[in-house]
Amino acid sequence: MSDLNHRLITQGRIIKAGCQNFVRNLTLAIAAMAVMVITLTIILFSVVANATFANTIQGLNDKIDISVYLKDDVTDEERDKLIEDTKNIQNVRSVEYVSKDQALEDYKKANANNLDLLLAISQTDNPLPASLRVKPRDVNKIDEIKAFLDRGDIKALQSDETSYSGERQVAIDKITAATSFFQKAGAIGVLVFALVSMLIIFNTIRMTIFNRRDELQIMRLLGASTSYIRGPFIVETVIYGIIAALLSVSLCETIFNGASYALDESSLLVFDITFANDYFAKNFWLILTVQLAIGILIGAVSSIIATRRYLKFKTTK
Amino acid sequence: MILLDRVTKVYNRTNTALDRISLHVEPREFVIIIGTSGAGKSTLLKLLTKEEKPTSGKIVVGGLDYDKLKDRDIPLVRRKIGVVFQDFKLLPNKTVFENVAFALEIVGYGNKEIQHTVPRVLDLVGLKGKEKRMPHELSGGERQRVAIARAVVRQPKILIADEPTGNLDPKHAWEVIKVLEKINRYGTTVVLTTHNQDIVNKLKRRVIAINDGRVVSDRANAEYNTKDLH
Repeated sequence: MSDLNHRLITQGRIIKAGCQNFVRNLTLAIAAMAVMVITLTIILFSVVANATFANTIQGLNDKIDISVYLKDDVTDEERDKLIEDTKNIQNVRSVEYVSKDQALEDYKKANANNLDLLLAISQTDNPLPASLRVKPRDVNKIDEIKAFLDRGDIKALQSDETSYSGERQVAIDKITAATSFFQKAGAIGVLVFALVSMLIIFNTIRMTIFNRRDELQIMRLLGASTSYIRGPFIVETVIYGIIAALLSVSLCETIFNGASYALDESSLLVFDITFANDYFAKNFWLILTVQLAIGILIGAVSSIIATRRYLKFKTTK
Repeated sequence: MILLDRVTKVYNRTNTALDRISLHVEPREFVIIIGTSGAGKSTLLKLLTKEEKPTSGKIVVGGLDYDKLKDRDIPLVRRKIGVVFQDFKLLPNKTVFENVAFALEIVGYGNKEIQHTVPRVLDLVGLKGKEKRMPHELSGGERQRVAIARAVVRQPKILIADEPTGNLDPKHAWEVIKVLEKINRYGTTVVLTTHNQDIVNKLKRRVIAINDGRVVSDRANAEYNTKDLH
């Protein structure tokens, strides 16, 4: 028998034995897989939840802008130059010009139900100033924009104080502090969940192999090589990993789909279930691949580590 | 076939399991080792299967000098020796056929050879027709015969049987002993440890008595002599 042929036969036997062990130890396998499904689901859920919170936070950040109110006597040239100069600031994402007429329109729309106010405003000249809405790239770093807008020549063009100051500044600071905290907490949370889950899975597989340590020792006594003994156990735990990963992805899909169908967008407060469902659907294949990789990897590594102690030669002098 | 030269095994400072034991077993011999619990029989067998290393002394089995072997060679040694244990040590998740075939798989036998050899050996131990049974579906005697089939399927030159009848009733015990005799007739050296006086007396083979880690008697065609053990 050639060496390659021999190796192929051995590999085939290892895979066959692993599959047979899986079927013949089904009760133990179901218990181990149940734990793996729960823990893999927790990892997956925490990743999707983190992405959803990140999206909610990004939504909040997008709503933060700086309004620069212009005096009525600012010329078109001065205005265009101001827009251009503001756009050139590194931390500025966009600058939107709102003319006096547009401001009035917006005001009317916002107060469509208040007839007295609408009547009052129609009887005077347009009192609202034109403005620039400046959106920063990073709300944590608006000092640069602030410094520019506070410059003497720029300040001279403004009718009112720029609206990031005063109470609104406090609100911006609070939101930015909160978003930064939640982003960090989310990332740490996912990491902690993933680590704890992996430890639980490792321990479950260790217990499964502990239950069958006699088998390992018998094979050792019969003269089987380490790889021949360990191989079927690795195959078996890899099967656990694959099935658990598939089940956890299906479980999450059902939950997100069901929840998204049954609930409105905002009915879970800050957790936007529609986004979570879209995120899950959009990244389905990536999620499935990563889950399978995690399942297979944890299964294989856990069984390698767990079998090691029972495969040592006890030949002490 | 087996040579032990002043072999000592000390587990800790106060527990000397074997004390300068010297033995020589010829090829094709059937040797019975008797001794009370704790006399050192199991330690002796563990040294032969290389589950333990001697504290001092020399062991040569089937031409292999154990002093010169490394840990990685242990599987090779065990493949040359057939071992039968009191508690059978069958693989619980494998059928009778698979348990016996396992001994051949680990040394690289092809599928055809396995299909050809295993049924013959199962026939030899009287288990024809029970190939597909799981170990838990068999009686104690049948399990032990599976263990013997597994031990001899590779045609080892030496078969070590560590109290193989210890867990069996007299009828099944005799079945097992008859199989061991048959295997010995085919040319395998058999080393049997037992407590069973009847078996020793009926077999009338070489009997080595061990007491307190020492060989206290070594006689051919002997019967069980309780005086040896005290």
